Amino acid sequence: MQDDESCRQIEVEIVNPQGLHARPVMRFIDIAAQFKSSIRIHKGDMSVDGKSPMEMMLLEGVQGTILKLEACGDDAAQALDKLAELVRDGFGEM
Amino acid sequence: MPLKRGVGVSSGVVIGTALVLETEDVRVPRRFVPSDQTAHEIQLVEKAFAAAQAEVGGERERFAERAGNDLADIFGFHERWLGDEKPRKEIADLIRDKEYSAAYAISVFMRRYRRRFQEMASPFLQERARDIQDIERRLLRHVGGETRMELAALDESVIIIAHDLTPSQLVELEQTKRLLGFATDVGGTTSHTAIIAAGLSIPAVVGLEDITTHISSGDTVVIDGLHGVVVINPDEQQRATYTAEAEHLQEVRATLAELRDLDAETRDGVKIELLGNIEFPLEITDCLEKGARGIGLFRTEFLFLQTDRLPSEEEQFEAYRDAAQQLDGLPLVIRTMDLGGDKCHPTGGWEMEKNPFLGLRSIRYSLQNLPMFRSQLRAILRASVFGDIRVMFPLVSRIMELRQAKFVLSTVTEELEEEGYEFREDIPVGVMIETPAAAICAREIAREADFLSIGTNDLIQYTLAVDRTNERVGQLYSPADPSVLRLIRQVVRLGGRSEAKVSLCGEMAGDALFVILLLGMGLRTLSMAAGNIPRTKKIIRSISMADAQRVCRRVMSFETEREVLNYLRDETRKVWEDL
Repeated sequence: MQDDESCRQIEVEIVNPQGLHARPVMRFIDIAAQFKSSIRIHKGDMSVDGKSPMEMMLLEGVQGTILKLEACGDDAAQALDKLAELVRDGFGEM
Repeated sequence: MPLKRGVGVSSGVVIGTALVLETEDVRVPRRFVPSDQTAHEIQLVEKAFAAAQAEVGGERERFAERAGNDLADIFGFHERWLGDEKPRKEIADLIRDKEYSAAYAISVFMRRYRRRFQEMASPFLQERARDIQDIERRLLRHVGGETRMELAALDESVIIIAHDLTPSQLVELEQTKRLLGFATDVGGTTSHTAIIAAGLSIPAVVGLEDITTHISSGDTVVIDGLHGVVVINPDEQQRATYTAEAEHLQEVRATLAELRDLDAETRDGVKIELLGNIEFPLEITDCLEKGARGIGLFRTEFLFLQTDRLPSEEEQFEAYRDAAQQLDGLPLVIRTMDLGGDKCHPTGGWEMEKNPFLGLRSIRYSLQNLPMFRSQLRAILRASVFGDIRVMFPLVSRIMELRQAKFVLSTVTEELEEEGYEFREDIPVGVMIETPAAAICAREIAREADFLSIGTNDLIQYTLAVDRTNERVGQLYSPADPSVLRLIRQVVRLGGRSEAKVSLCGEMAGDALFVILLLGMGLRTLSMAAGNIPRTKKIIRSISMADAQRVCRRVMSFETEREVLNYLRDETRKVWEDL
């Protein structure tokens, strides 16, 4: 994690029954790509780049998993708002 | 520790590491490039990613137009994955640091990547592993170069898991000496792959339906060919049980191996000729190692089914000659093409038949396709000077067919004579007794043939009117049915009244349960899959002909298959405790 002041974090829970499969990952990446901030997702002691499909694929997220989203950069707040909303909405799958 | 049940086609137990064969056999050879070429290889990787991404984008669009956008989403995800810079960077690092070729670097990276999914719990594991495989294949296709897996290049002992294995793949794998066992989604006990597996004594379970989706390369699996069971990642206890069983079988096998050079002779001195059944000339070595004194059935269909064109006379000649030379004077019975039924050549001009097993197959097909038949007979005759070759016609159901076939043979003989070829003029001619019609008229057929060979697989199917691969009636198929046994005994008796020698080459010959009975019936030549020879010899050496005749008399008095089986099991166990 960067100790930059522009970093923000938020915790969200995966709520859709199917969890973090291909389509949700895709939606997440598409939104993350709209922001300049770097995006990381932490789950336990694992952390992946929220803009890299390759890394996101390694993230195992079933329903009920808590993810910590972290954004660093000028538009970090807006990015987190959007991304947290996506996760809370079950990635639009509910 | 999931346990999957299929059909055991080759007894034996083995524990080992699985290698799942993809349908496209993709496995990339390890290749290095000179350091001044690494930039070029990295460029190849970039291009492959770009091309793969564009291609998958096209597929996404195509599927997006249809209802149900799941596929479009999957391709959409692949498209994004391929657009990610991270994988390219890591692959480029591999090329720079290790001087790997582009294709090899991609496959190394993907394999490592895939391995990380193996730690995941389902359902993520399966879905993602499939996605990654798909992406990998696409990349490798675009990067070009050698990506076909050479089965012959296996460098560690493995258990092969595949949707299906062709007989030639199986033989190729066997030659590597790295094949511990195999399991397939499809197949049954009569498939040729199964028959060869039994012959090579490779533990195998087939007909598992979806085993390829349950096992990943690297899993530990147990193949129990005797019970038709596959255990995936066995626990401690299962491991111990199966290891013990495998060791026990190993000991049994070692004991049998000691019999190799001994004659198959009964305790009262009657010698029995044990021969091997083969599909490919490659299998001859194994037959000889197991103690066969020749080949009693060389199926020749492989020549006709391997490629999409017909084999030339020359190609056939070479195959027959090679086989004869390997046998160095031991008998080689070549069965002419047994096509039709379930074995059709793509160029053979086959019409759909309502009842292919009652249709144009085997000798009937040969007699209606004379150019093909003649070229095979020419090849066999020309090879006959290289060993003790004999020719055998399959599925004869009336004496006229034998006469016609012999007529064709004699015209081919004249032709070769005129052309100045050398060949064995008195090549022995045999007939397979595989239909009730031929069995009933065996006396007449025997008068016009040099030998008869009872083919029990078809004889049973036609006598009992049962297709044993049909699971609804398959259990009615039995070599122990009294009707079948009476027909076999009749053929042996009728044949015995002529000069013709009678042998038996169906699967029944290799079944330990029937050895004593067959000897008691008067058979003196049995031809079987190589793997069954040692134990058959062991049984023969443990009994006397008087015992065998007593057993035979008793069996012939039974009215049901059940009585026959129970009695034979008891009698066989007296001399072969491992039954």
